[in-house]
Amino acid sequence: MSLLDRVRPAPRPAGHATPPRDSVRNWPLRDRLGYYAAWGAGLTLVAVAGAIVVYMAYRGIEYFDLGLLFESPNSSLSQAESGGIKDPIIGTALLLVMSTAIAAPLGVTIAVWLTEYGRPKGLARVVESAVEVVAGTPSIVLAMFGLVFFQQQWLGFLTFDAEGGAVLGRSFIAAAAMMSLIALPLVVGATREALNAIPGHIREASYALGKTKAATIRRVLLPAARPGIGTGAALGMGRVAGDTAIVVVLLGATLQILNGADGSIPGLLRGTGSTLTSYVYYNSPAGEGLAPEKAYFAAFCLMIVVIVLNFVVTRIARGRESAWTR
Amino acid sequence: MEAGGIAARATGGFWSDAKVERILGAVACIVLALIVGMIIFVFQKAWPSFAHNGLAWFGSGGDLDLQLEDIFASPANPADYVYTLRAWPLLWGTFAVTAGAVLIGAVFSLLAAIFIVEFAPARVNRVLEPVVRLLAAVPSVVYGLIGILVIVPWVGEHLISLEREESVANVVQLSGACLGVGVVILTVMIVPIMIAIVVDALRAVPRSWTEGAAALGVNRWRVMWTISVHTARPAVVAAAVLSTARALGEAIMLSMVAGSASFAPNPIDGLTFLFEPTRPLASALVENVEGLSVVPFGETLFAFAAVLLVSSMFLSLAGFAAKQSMRKYGVRP
Repeated sequence: MSLLDRVRPAPRPAGHATPPRDSVRNWPLRDRLGYYAAWGAGLTLVAVAGAIVVYMAYRGIEYFDLGLLFESPNSSLSQAESGGIKDPIIGTALLLVMSTAIAAPLGVTIAVWLTEYGRPKGLARVVESAVEVVAGTPSIVLAMFGLVFFQQQWLGFLTFDAEGGAVLGRSFIAAAAMMSLIALPLVVGATREALNAIPGHIREASYALGKTKAATIRRVLLPAARPGIGTGAALGMGRVAGDTAIVVVLLGATLQILNGADGSIPGLLRGTGSTLTSYVYYNSPAGEGLAPEKAYFAAFCLMIVVIVLNFVVTRIARGRESAWTR
Repeated sequence: MEAGGIAARATGGFWSDAKVERILGAVACIVLALIVGMIIFVFQKAWPSFAHNGLAWFGSGGDLDLQLEDIFASPANPADYVYTLRAWPLLWGTFAVTAGAVLIGAVFSLLAAIFIVEFAPARVNRVLEPVVRLLAAVPSVVYGLIGILVIVPWVGEHLISLEREESVANVVQLSGACLGVGVVILTVMIVPIMIAIVVDALRAVPRSWTEGAAALGVNRWRVMWTISVHTARPAVVAAAVLSTARALGEAIMLSMVAGSASFAPNPIDGLTFLFEPTRPLASALVENVEGLSVVPFGETLFAFAAVLLVSSMFLSLAGFAAKQSMRKYGVRP
């Protein structure tokens, strides 16, 4: 059979004045199989996603207890006494804020340098690939490096120390520093994309008005790239909120937030704690605490955080058509 | 007066152009130095373990868990450190889980992407797009939780028969936490990433190409398969590569559902192969990280980390290359 035979429409049935529509039923068997496989894949995707969301929502609502949100966790074998998830929620929020505060300025700086300057070219390529490498590095490797890095004596002031003066290398600061490395490539990528989308004549117009390149970046390019930066930061926050390995390794295994020195803010940042992810991990059968109900509830809260961040990304992306790129 | 002021602002002032360029470049270089320092540090820490074992490090032999215990309990004198290690079970576990998930995921996400781009009604698509984005954002620990509380017990009860358990009883115990469950959940985790990349590429295929084919009377499936998919082949490769990097680094979920035994599942066992427990490198790191302060043990862990780092670096480069070849079709990488 030649190709022409295969693509020729089916013979027109007698008595029909209009040409027949291209119906799946007339396709060769191979094409029909592919067609049904594609439908099957799509529907499976919907089914799996629906099952996950519905199941988590069902479990979350089943074990829903508003009081748990305001109660500190306790290490106790009975689920009635093991407390709530106040500390993990605070920990998650703290880590999100801190790591974004580190990653966003650094990421924007790198992206601006790469797109607007990028000289010498070789150095720019190296920086680009280094960021690419970090994006692919497993977070557990980052966590191990961070632990050994922050265990050095001269960095002891940043982390929680044990009684003997030994540097443990675990604290909110250490965890946030390594978390910011996860968020960094996403911020860099989104910002670069936004800067590249600004047409060149915008820059030229600014130069023609006598603005320096630096002033153009600050007054024209960065405001125009703001939605892109926002998208990158929100994507990064989603990754940070969902990461477990770094928290388990670098934030210490304490369920409650342990203040480093006194009751002060720096003490808090030097202290150890937990986040929703590590709380779920430790309360699942894989961790020591066997409290599946608490784990389900915490996972439900975690899902809500992630969905909200997801929503933010969508909203920003929708408003992305800024005045410059239109 | 006025003009002079503007000129001064344009050429000098605190935020002069040259200064800004230098500051931005310096920040980029600091981050670069940090990243390069990290990579060098990991390799330097990993070296003793590789140096003591040579190529046998990658081979098999002995019980890995016992070897790790010996390393952990090695004497305090640096000359007597124990390093003997045969990491094959971990490497094989990593390979089996990753390859399984990526192969299944690639086929599935290609079909799903074709569905989204060509066949799905607009109403279904309006649901599918946020769903894919949501699936990509679900934290791995949530997948792990569902796996360990729902899927693992179900597999243990329904799929592992007594005969199956007895057939390998002298080698390993089957509990339900196994390679197969790890592969399935990992597939669900990486499919959204792949779909996003492949959909973008399929949409970027020039309309005139597909319309030209359709005008010749080719049906919609064949247009997709012969024109769009062939054009988007680099994107499929890039998707596979990038999701392999993600799968390699997946630690928490796999340590929860894959059985956490340093055992190399044996393909000779037939279907039972899928029900045998395993432990990939990244999970081994998470589970043993408490012992990092014991010098030889820590160096062994860093050797695992170095293997992961090298693989992910190669994958990043390969992904970058694949994205470059996409450019010639006008696909935004």
